[in-house]
Amino acid sequence: MAEALRRPELVCPAGTPAALRTAVEAGADAVYCGLQNATNARNFPGLNFTVDDLNASVRFAHDRNTKVLLAVNTFPPAGKFGLWRDAIDVAAATGVDAAIVADMGVADYAAQTYPSLRLHLSVQAGASSPEAIRFYCASFGIKRVVLPRILTVEEIAAVHRQIPCEIEAFVFGNIGLMAEGRCSLSNFATGQSTNMDGVCSPAGAVHYEGDRVGNLTTRLGPFVIDRFTNGENAGYPTICKGRYGCAARNEPYYAFEEPVSLNLSALLPDLMRAGVTALKIEGRQRSRAYVKQVVSAFRRAVDEVATGRNAALADLIALTEGHRQTEGAFGSKRWR
Amino acid sequence: MALTASKKSEITLGSVLFNWPAERWRDFYFRIADEAPVSTVYVGEVVCSKRAPLFAPFMPEVVDRLKAGGKTVVLSTLSEVASDKDRQLIESVCAATDHLVEANDASALYALKGRPHHVGPFLNVYNEGTAAFLVRGGARNFCLPPEMPATAIRNLSTQIRHPDITVEVFAFGRVPLALSARCYHARAHGRTKDSCQFVCEDDADGFALNTLEGQPFLAVNGIQTLSYEYLSLAAEVADLRAMGVSRFRLSPHSCDMVAVTSIFRRLADGALSGGEATAMLRASIAERLCNGFYHGKPGFACVSTD
Repeated sequence: MAEALRRPELVCPAGTPAALRTAVEAGADAVYCGLQNATNARNFPGLNFTVDDLNASVRFAHDRNTKVLLAVNTFPPAGKFGLWRDAIDVAAATGVDAAIVADMGVADYAAQTYPSLRLHLSVQAGASSPEAIRFYCASFGIKRVVLPRILTVEEIAAVHRQIPCEIEAFVFGNIGLMAEGRCSLSNFATGQSTNMDGVCSPAGAVHYEGDRVGNLTTRLGPFVIDRFTNGENAGYPTICKGRYGCAARNEPYYAFEEPVSLNLSALLPDLMRAGVTALKIEGRQRSRAYVKQVVSAFRRAVDEVATGRNAALADLIALTEGHRQTEGAFGSKRWR
Repeated sequence: MALTASKKSEITLGSVLFNWPAERWRDFYFRIADEAPVSTVYVGEVVCSKRAPLFAPFMPEVVDRLKAGGKTVVLSTLSEVASDKDRQLIESVCAATDHLVEANDASALYALKGRPHHVGPFLNVYNEGTAAFLVRGGARNFCLPPEMPATAIRNLSTQIRHPDITVEVFAFGRVPLALSARCYHARAHGRTKDSCQFVCEDDADGFALNTLEGQPFLAVNGIQTLSYEYLSLAAEVADLRAMGVSRFRLSPHSCDMVAVTSIFRRLADGALSGGEATAMLRASIAERLCNGFYHGKPGFACVSTD
């Protein structure tokens, strides 16, 4: 019988105003979103918010006691800093509950200009040690850190004891295998940067090639990322989930990771015990139906765990990419 | 307006990113100390804290020999910090107050704040706001992220122009592209990071990952992923000088690095043209060269500047 645990905040993705309303109604405690430009890490066509959208969405969410967090979590290249400054100005003007920042210059601007604007440190800042987190807290008054997905739950608990701010941890969704904010693989193949342009594997560089017997080859730029036999569930080509050959292997293999999704539902009690304040669900690029299903399921699960009941999470597995899931680095050091 | 380059060009040598056997590592630096025309040499483990104890016994004599050779020694720190072992390594390197230290992660910035230090290519310094903030904390040299295009390098370098601050670019070697919690060297051999048995020692320049079509694509070095191609900004040195970039970092590989440093030194002195230097590098490196990031193209691309 599990003990009652402090109920963490459930932080949910909103790629569009409609998805935001869906997440709020499905039980999110907070939603996170971005503007329609390179200032956030999901800069995809058809996604994200205009300033008017954001104003209306903040009203909608606040009326229902839900927080709105604005992701301004990419890295402005010199010469374009103004766009990020504008995004911070928008965060302050629209009354969002926090801005999620990664770049030190952007964080510095926000902290100096809007001392009352609450700042969260994005996972893109890659602050994984107590010292790194303390550096950001002391420099910019960061109130919450979104931890990189490279730590075990045990390590998260140790970090919690050594830092002066709250912890938010990813619990569900698509995971990149590389340390966040420190990966230029996609730029290497496509010429568009995850850090500077806010996009990994841009659709314009993705190619699907079928042959006569129904096999499908996926490419990013000129590089083959994977190949699927007729009927296999073909994944979207991202470099860290591709299949490659090397001298030490006779057969091509997933050199970085199999195409799996992160699902920490089984670790929820451990994460809550580790002192995690907020649980984050990935997926601003996902449909409203997906958001509704995942948010509702996690709402139930978190409430059950918080009141000491056993959570039933089987229905979440069906939502994961290719129906396969992992606890990634969180579960055990053996994953590394 | 044409900018006059005010600082003397310096050729620097980055830390060895790969796991070279300790004696080979020592002998490499001895030869650099005696023969290479470089002003600054970065030394220390950047990729995996498990490797640091392997060459630690040779560290004092390497540092002494480099200094005797007239080189400035900068101690470089780990790029990814997760375990207590990682943190201890950062702490011990930053405790060496008689040396300049290069921070490659915010953990090191925490330890170095208020004292002059370098900022390495693994820290995200993309703009003037970040650079100005770090300068207030003691940063004196920035080695920019290798994916930065010329336009951003020019804007940044122009805006932080200051007699005491230098800008450095990664100018030669496989391009660092990503870091991970997981060791891909161990994974390729069916092991994990904890049970790796230092299998990365077998690949002096990393090992190649090829696509399903057999096309060389990336190179793996423990938790780090690099380009398969070797970056060369030899043809871009003159433009970079005009932008105010004064330091050019060469990343050590198993090829003849004394020859590579000499090529860049002669290039910076005007004794070789960019085209001549590129041709010489091409003759001594088996892999293709690349320079795409600088030109705002995919990183693997090789853009001709003729």
